[in-house]
Amino acid sequence: MRVTHGIRTALLLLMTCTGRQVAAQAALATRPVTGADVRFMQDMIVHHSQAVEMTALLATRTRRADLRSLGERIAVSQTDEIDVMRRWLTRHGVPAPAAQSDAMAAHDAGSAHQAHDMHDMSGMPGMLNARQMTALRTARGPAFDRLFLRGMIQHHTGALTMVKALMATPGAAQESALNRFVNDVSADQRAEIARMRRLASGK
Amino acid sequence: MTRTFMRVPRAACSALLLLSASAVVQGQTQSKPSITDPRFSLRGGLTDAQEAISNLTLLAHRPRPEGFFNPADAGDFAFVNSDLAFDGKYAFIGGYHGFQIWDLSTPSNPTLRTAFPCPGGQGDLSVYRNLLFMSVEENKGRVDCGGQGVSGTVSTERFMGVRIFDISDIDHPRQVGAVQTCRGSHTHTLLPDPKDAGTVFVYVSGTNDVRDGRELAGCSDGDPKMDSTTARFGIDVIKVPVAAPQDARVVSRPRVFADRRTNAIRGLWRGGTHGAGTQETAETDQCHDITVYPAIGLAAGACSGNGILLDISDPANPKRVDEVIDPNFAYWHSATFNNDGTTLLFSDEWGGGVGAKCRATDKMTWGANAIFSLRNRKLIPQGHYKLPSAQQAVENCVAHNGTLIPVPGRDIMVQAWYQGGLSVFDFTNPRKPVEIAYFDRGPINAAELTLAGFWSAYWYNGHIYGSEIGRGLDVLELKASPMLTQNEIDAAKSVQFAGSNPQLQQKLVWAPSFAVARAYVDQLDRGNGLPAAQITSIMATLGMAEQQSGDARKATLRALGNRLDRAAAVARDRSRVKALAATVKGLMETAE
Repeated sequence: MRVTHGIRTALLLLMTCTGRQVAAQAALATRPVTGADVRFMQDMIVHHSQAVEMTALLATRTRRADLRSLGERIAVSQTDEIDVMRRWLTRHGVPAPAAQSDAMAAHDAGSAHQAHDMHDMSGMPGMLNARQMTALRTARGPAFDRLFLRGMIQHHTGALTMVKALMATPGAAQESALNRFVNDVSADQRAEIARMRRLASGK
Repeated sequence: MTRTFMRVPRAACSALLLLSASAVVQGQTQSKPSITDPRFSLRGGLTDAQEAISNLTLLAHRPRPEGFFNPADAGDFAFVNSDLAFDGKYAFIGGYHGFQIWDLSTPSNPTLRTAFPCPGGQGDLSVYRNLLFMSVEENKGRVDCGGQGVSGTVSTERFMGVRIFDISDIDHPRQVGAVQTCRGSHTHTLLPDPKDAGTVFVYVSGTNDVRDGRELAGCSDGDPKMDSTTARFGIDVIKVPVAAPQDARVVSRPRVFADRRTNAIRGLWRGGTHGAGTQETAETDQCHDITVYPAIGLAAGACSGNGILLDISDPANPKRVDEVIDPNFAYWHSATFNNDGTTLLFSDEWGGGVGAKCRATDKMTWGANAIFSLRNRKLIPQGHYKLPSAQQAVENCVAHNGTLIPVPGRDIMVQAWYQGGLSVFDFTNPRKPVEIAYFDRGPINAAELTLAGFWSAYWYNGHIYGSEIGRGLDVLELKASPMLTQNEIDAAKSVQFAGSNPQLQQKLVWAPSFAVARAYVDQLDRGNGLPAAQITSIMATLGMAEQQSGDARKATLRALGNRLDRAAAVARDRSRVKALAATVKGLMETAE
């Protein structure tokens, strides 16, 4: 069994069990989660949300079918993973940050800048700052394509940094479901970075 | 994603050309899983799910033992039951929490002998003589099997790799060896040294991120272009001196994905789609399973983005001799040879095993088996096989682990499909695989997709054993049907092994018996391989011979053998008549 792309439809099943007593019972035999685990999941939700936000720009700003196809894949995978992370947090009795759909709604309502200021403050590796997001939003055609690929590679690379940081935290990533999730996020983002590098080089 | 497609490495391109060259790849006649199949609409439940069964009998079911499940959450990943191995009268069930040893002396009444907690997942197992091997890949895995996890990021307590237990005392397994690897061990494969009975090799498929080099020396996650020592793009080979398992160590990391021309270690599929409407296939930087078939000197690697064929005559240095891609595959997961080594079946674990990929809308060629013919060490695509029945969206379902069922003269396999249940199918004609039998339960949780279903479904010495992730152990027996007669089942049961390990295929050999002879006759009857009158007469003669003894039996069988030799010369199915003749002559030689 490998939890990978299927993680979206998927890990939800690991996290379906609800209630704190479940986690408590499981903890008898499995490692309890740490603060670092919880923060990782909370941060990654915000991190993923920006990727989804970026892919939403593709529809009107690029003419490249290959980029749109890549964007669709990123959007689907990251939306599903956000769902997985929210369920995981709920299972462990921790509030999840605003959903990606909320962020999108805020964006539609014109409060995007506020959202990006929040991102800036988050200091999460790889996240595009407000200036980069504005540049991306105002660009069109080949200029947009370049910024998008550069930005998403930066973004995904940041996610890998976050994974590395988690793994470098004592006691973290001991819980089975989280451990798998982290490995799979890493594998997926690596694969997408490789594809984006190829797309960026025109090969 | 055409640009991605153009960037496919040469080797993969040639494989793709090969695939498209034989334009009509066949398979089942249906294009989507059936929603009229009784397996589609089964009522759910952990212990009381509705069941659908065809041409099988469920002999026994045993839930996971105390301590090996979370009573509040049947789908808790930390307690997943995984793969199965067999040795003598015992079944060894692996898992994320440890392993269980079940006594199968009475297959209809399996009894738990030992439950050994040792967390670390996946917990896939193999047995070689008195040694039990176990795959460990989780960050929390500990050298001492403790459940408390590992607190340090770089720790001498952490264990990821292959554990070795001495099971001479079946009630008290003792860890006697532990070989750390850079990407842990998701699965592993035993390969006994053909030249030295005292040595066994272990092929390790690690799929994790690469470990910190400070924790395990030599683990590098470098770019394969710059770093020839990267722990990606290879497999680990462990050499185990059976008498001194504490000395087991990694002896090589064969670069089985290397480009033949340039030797670049990243030489196969680079990940992505194969064009419009095709599957998104993972990059080939790891194997998931490697199935070795020592009798023909080959191994089949199901290696994320490719299926590969390896020459294993030098066990420590397997050499790739062919590779294929399939635009329908998401993740090359496992492989099974037919007994003759003329057909190779690869399985695609689309969705990683935790996704519902057998829905009525899912293609029959996605998340399925791809069947190749194997000639002169080249793979040629033939057809696909997928569970014919649709499953619900709350049931994780995709092709998973299976084994051959030793019916002489046919290629038949039993395979686990997670919550799709288990399916027995014939792929003798690799272009027209057809289902023979099945068993399925409704979803473990009808409200939400909750991880469960058969991880493995294996034939072992006459019965089918299923390792159910969330529900435990199942034992089933084949029932006769027009597609598989009692004689064929009896012939299959006549093949007995001392043990059986996943991914290590043993050559099936049928000792001459009346059951084997009758199995061939049934097949000749079914396939019109001989005229009906001859079939009746041959059966009558076999019946007579069985009643006889000594010289009378010999004489009857000799005459029948001669008659079959003559019939073989003109029969429609010559090779089967010849096989029958050989069996009859064998019976004659052993008659007393």
